[in-house]
Amino acid sequence: MTAPVLADTLGPRARRRVLLASLATGAVLLVALVLAVRKLDANGQLDSAKWRPLTQWSVLKFFLGGLGNTIRAAGTAMVFAVTIAAVLALARLARTRALRWPATLYVEFFRGLPLYILILFSWLGLPILGLKWETFWYLVLGLTVYNSAVLAEIFRAGILSLDKGQSEAAYAVGLGYWQAMATVIVPQAVRRMVPAIVSQLVTLLKDTSLGVVIFYEELLRRARISAEFFQNPVHSVLLVALIYIAVNATLSQVATRLEARQRRRYGAAPIAVAGVEDLAVTSAKAGATGAA
Amino acid sequence: MKKALCAVLIGVSLIAAGCGSDDDDATTTATTVADKAPKFAAGSTMAKIQENGKLVVGTKFNQLGSGLKDPTTGDLEGFDIEIAKLVAAELFGVSPSKAEDKIEFKETPTPVREFSIQKGDVDIVIATYTINDTRKAFVDFAGPYVVDGQTVMVAADNTTIKTLEDLNGKKVCTARGSTTPKNLTDKKITANITLFDTYPECATALRQGRVEAVVTDRGILLGLVEQGARAFKLVDIDVSEEPLGIGLKKGDDAFRDFLNDRLEEIFESGEWATAFAGTIGALGVETPVPPTVNRYAGTGAATSVATTGTTAATTTSTVATATSR
Amino acid sequence: MDVVLDNLDLFVGGLRTTVSLTLLSYAAAFVIGIVVAAFRVSPVPPLRGAGALFVGTIRNTPLAVLMVLFFFGLPDAGVIYSSFTSAVIVLAAYTGSFIAETVRAGVNTVAVGQGEAARALGLTFPQTLRIVVLPQALRAVVAPLGSLFIALIKNSSLAAIISVPELAGTAEQLISDTAQPLPIFIGVAVAYLVLTLPAGALVNALERRVAIVR
Repeated sequence: MTAPVLADTLGPRARRRVLLASLATGAVLLVALVLAVRKLDANGQLDSAKWRPLTQWSVLKFFLGGLGNTIRAAGTAMVFAVTIAAVLALARLARTRALRWPATLYVEFFRGLPLYILILFSWLGLPILGLKWETFWYLVLGLTVYNSAVLAEIFRAGILSLDKGQSEAAYAVGLGYWQAMATVIVPQAVRRMVPAIVSQLVTLLKDTSLGVVIFYEELLRRARISAEFFQNPVHSVLLVALIYIAVNATLSQVATRLEARQRRRYGAAPIAVAGVEDLAVTSAKAGATGAA
Repeated sequence: MKKALCAVLIGVSLIAAGCGSDDDDATTTATTVADKAPKFAAGSTMAKIQENGKLVVGTKFNQLGSGLKDPTTGDLEGFDIEIAKLVAAELFGVSPSKAEDKIEFKETPTPVREFSIQKGDVDIVIATYTINDTRKAFVDFAGPYVVDGQTVMVAADNTTIKTLEDLNGKKVCTARGSTTPKNLTDKKITANITLFDTYPECATALRQGRVEAVVTDRGILLGLVEQGARAFKLVDIDVSEEPLGIGLKKGDDAFRDFLNDRLEEIFESGEWATAFAGTIGALGVETPVPPTVNRYAGTGAATSVATTGTTAATTTSTVATATSR
Repeated sequence: MDVVLDNLDLFVGGLRTTVSLTLLSYAAAFVIGIVVAAFRVSPVPPLRGAGALFVGTIRNTPLAVLMVLFFFGLPDAGVIYSSFTSAVIVLAAYTGSFIAETVRAGVNTVAVGQGEAARALGLTFPQTLRIVVLPQALRAVVAPLGSLFIALIKNSSLAAIISVPELAGTAEQLISDTAQPLPIFIGVAVAYLVLTLPAGALVNALERRVAIVR
């Protein structure tokens, strides 16, 4: 697939070189794998006592419970974040300064801070102000606040990416500002934003793992609890990594397919928000292969 | 007044015990509670807990011997758990073996104990919680319910650490919020202290060679040695004495009296000894004589707000207010 | 706010650690990213597979999980480093996987004719990459690369999970000692904004200067 860019169809000598390189690479990888396995064995990591617990249903149920908690937190945060972000985006695009400035301040402030800090201070600081909740809600608050800022930017970019002609036509027909927004702009913008939102959902799922810092029993925390009980940190955390990879890879695929379809159907431009990794990558990809 | 009430209950229960069916649990052989829940003054914490229907206890979930939760079954075992059951038994007027239904256990790792009490997440904390003056600025203590001591755990093949002075300059691990840093400074030891949130993390670090010693309560270390499958050993060093107590909201003198009364009761009745023998005793420790509770004069409501690991002693704090440290 | 001013030296120390973490990790990530991207576009199938595996696993794993796995788990596999070094390695690998994807996308923007011309001149694959393709590819993706740098500044806070005394970890410890979360929050927020806001402006300026006008 990438061959046409950098190399023609390979001639016989090139093919031989590639074959040698393949064998060499394969050999190196195999050696690395064997060394790793031997080291693990030497440290007693391959003992059944270490990995057998992970094959028991009761333990797996414990992990899946953690996954359930992760999804609960991510889902709740997503719902709140999307709602708040919609309001913020509209505020940022409003014509009155009284609406624009607070919204801009909110977005720039919370986007520029690490999520770790937001979650930690939500948990430590709010009880002092009298807001005493369950740990779950502090995690959701931190996630919501951060993601609402990011999603607000996505929404704003989505709305701005629409052809100016749309809004001009809407005004020409006699619609007011908010009417035009509601009936013409936003519905079209929403379709374009969906891939970016799905991408952000992947990031959100990953970010719930920060709940481990405030002792919320999401997947990573449960892995650590299990690791302490069964004395098998490598296995437990590896299992969790695999679960995350499976879930996120699937979601990413969905996002990529959605992205391609939106571009084909609606000519959507990629939406990037500075400081967010997954969006940076998808925008680079889409910008590269698409509308350019 | 309370003692009279207890006497009546003892009398009633002795009669009831003769007719009732017995459980298999050994801790009920000396039971002194009746099926009727005792009445407490309206508005007191005890009455509120009774209305609530359950006692919320903060404890450790990852320390064999003190408080260990099996993640697959949810079963909790340990000396701190037994003490909690004995307290709940008195509060609700049930036998200790049935008391577990009346308790909601929440995990309070070392850095979060004061925070949880102040926030009101839990009614009491029984989590290998050392009584000291620093913490008394934030919470009150009933007890002690056992006197432990801090000591040192090293790798099984370690030969370089034999005395307290050997810790100088060595990499030592403990949990955020523990009394260890202060204890070492008091004994004029300068060690390279690494802090983690929980003790099993320290044990892992010791096993992997990141640190050379773990310093904390003997009870905790015994559990880690047991779980460590011959990877660790304890060194015969006494770092400090640690009276472990029940943490509760500061200023709640009535509740503190109740808890102290109950502790004295179980010291007397042999239930304490049985609980000890069944948990920490099983790790190879001889059951000691029960301690004497310290009924210190209350100092009123908390003067500052605790956050996590508040009692970690470091030398960098420059807050001038005397009451907050 | 006295608590912040009294402990300013700790804040500054944490800030310095964060900055050095970020710079070191980004430099390493950049190298990792280019190498993995090269793997992914190379004609050697095992290299392509290895690159895809690297990116697929690391991108989809939360950074917190990677940190915990590397610091608490890998020593059992014989790989043990100090907390700072571990943080740098993990951050570099994580950011590197995103850089690899970004650079790969950039490579795909380079016109096919460039590769053909390079072959016509007799350049080998590595030479083609180094002299012709990568310079153009990188210029095309300056914005996403800058975005990843800003993300790294924020991600460095996760080093606190493995006890690295950077800004977030220092703040956490300070709250433990002084029990005043609110002023410390303001202090730490200001510190991070001092890093991320100018970085954002810098990236924008850089992009405008380096961008290829098509």
